[in-house]
Amino acid sequence: MSMNPLLRRRYRLDETPVPFVLNGVAETGRRGDTVLTAILSVSGSLRQSEFTGEKRAGFCLIGACQDCYVMMADGRRVRACSTALLPGMAFITDVGAMAEIGHE
Amino acid sequence: MSEPLSPVVVGAGPAGIRAAERLVRAGLRPIVLDEGQRAGGQIYRRPLVEDGRSYRGRYGSEAGKAQRLHQAFEALLPQIDYRPETLVWNISHSERGNQLDILSAGVHRQVDFSHLILCTGATDRVLPFPGWTVPGAYTLGASQTALKAQGCTVGDRVVFMGSGPLLYLVAWQYMRAGARVQAVLDTAPLASKRHLLALAVHAPRIVALGVFYGLQLQLAGVKIRYGVRPEAVLGTSQVEGLRYRRRTPAGEVVESIACDALAYGFALRAETQLADLAGCRFHFDERDRVWLPERDVLGRTSRPDVYIAGDGSGIAGADAAEISGELAAMALLEDAGRASADVARLVAARNRILRQRDILEQAFPFPADWFETVPAETTLCRCEEITVAEVRRTIASGSITEINRLKALSRVGMGRCQGRMCSAGAAELLSGACGVTADKVGRLRAQAPVKPIPLNFGGGKPEAWS
Ligand code: FES
Repeated sequence: MSMNPLLRRRYRLDETPVPFVLNGVAETGRRGDTVLTAILSVSGSLRQSEFTGEKRAGFCLIGACQDCYVMMADGRRVRACSTALLPGMAFITDVGAMAEIGHE
Repeated sequence: MSEPLSPVVVGAGPAGIRAAERLVRAGLRPIVLDEGQRAGGQIYRRPLVEDGRSYRGRYGSEAGKAQRLHQAFEALLPQIDYRPETLVWNISHSERGNQLDILSAGVHRQVDFSHLILCTGATDRVLPFPGWTVPGAYTLGASQTALKAQGCTVGDRVVFMGSGPLLYLVAWQYMRAGARVQAVLDTAPLASKRHLLALAVHAPRIVALGVFYGLQLQLAGVKIRYGVRPEAVLGTSQVEGLRYRRRTPAGEVVESIACDALAYGFALRAETQLADLAGCRFHFDERDRVWLPERDVLGRTSRPDVYIAGDGSGIAGADAAEISGELAAMALLEDAGRASADVARLVAARNRILRQRDILEQAFPFPADWFETVPAETTLCRCEEITVAEVRRTIASGSITEINRLKALSRVGMGRCQGRMCSAGAAELLSGACGVTADKVGRLRAQAPVKPIPLNFGGGKPEAWS
């Protein structure tokens, strides 16, 4: 499973890096990122849907569709498009990827 | 001296800011509740941190208006009680009077109000088709928000599809930002654009800008197609392309185009949930095919203490929103016996914009035949993952003719988005199945909380307002 990042950064390229953890792997966002921007700048989805397990990556980006919920490592869920990224946040967007890391 | 007023403005976009400004000018100190992190609303949304772009770079032709609105808000700030990142999720009534239930930083509070001005804005109007849930498929507004507020583009090779002036604008903005725009697929037929000639008489600037964007895209070699209907997003775990049909003089052709993101939408949909919870009366708007709160020219609703303004009272754009925000505040002041002002000039200005909107709507019509060709296995409800076929079965087996009944039996509109993404589709589907016009299937009623709130709260006692 190698998916391309969904978002392309065009501005704020030299902004202060903000470290976060995605499926157990250290990643870097930028100051001023939403959680959605940070995750989708390095990966291709935010979660899997409840019923069919399809991958989802948000849809409206303005807090209306509720498609962008992301599980945090501590069990909380955040709405990624309207939550600011903070240093040290840890997200799980792919349960399978977590399991693989655990077995390595 | 009359009763003290405690007006609350919900929303801090163009309408909310101008409403608050007018109240402040009358000596009041309104509470302004904003779901956003920074005032400006969606159209004049500001980034979380500056990113080196000028107003021109971020807002293009609307830079002056954006800057004036932001400056007006900054000047207002010491004189209002501004609460960013605050969701109003219910409106209730107790022996104390009227209250809003709000959620801010995880805390539930109640706010009393004597008067309410709802400036709740709009979201993209979208319709379902196969693959609209695949990562990389976004609303048109989402693609613009990504660029405006986060300095990112959705994908790099992007296809834009839909109907509405925003279609060409965002495609152009993406091109300018360095994205490779693969195509602009207009769902309206080319012939509909003749209405722009009529619009040019009333609003030459709007038409000139539209023509400019279209020409620049064409000069850059971007494919522009008309009369398009999507068949499917290609790719399952990520957008890899789009297959679509289009009408040509020689008949219908099917084409595919590769891309890594799709941005699509069909103009906007008013956010009316709070007006509904407030008990405002609604009417069916023929042009936009939706139910809207009844309002007089100033923004008075059927409820004497509730006013509405901006796109949340019917889509009319940012300029009209600024005017209607001010008008709603003037109506409030007049009703409260505080001031009576001359509204004629503002009303005339707003009416001019509304007339332009009517023409614009003809140039960018809604694809009313959508469900004639959408395959049965298409997901209609993104939240509960309910297909068109399942909904059709529910309609047939229950002989359903009313949208709330359809919601109860099929769960469409019951998911986390509360119908924001599927209600336009559900109404078209149901009215089509019943062979009636969309107004005949009724209105999907709003429910509190209007957006999801943490499960572990709501039962408890709200904390004091502070
Ligand atoms: S992407 Fe729609 S709510 Fe976040």
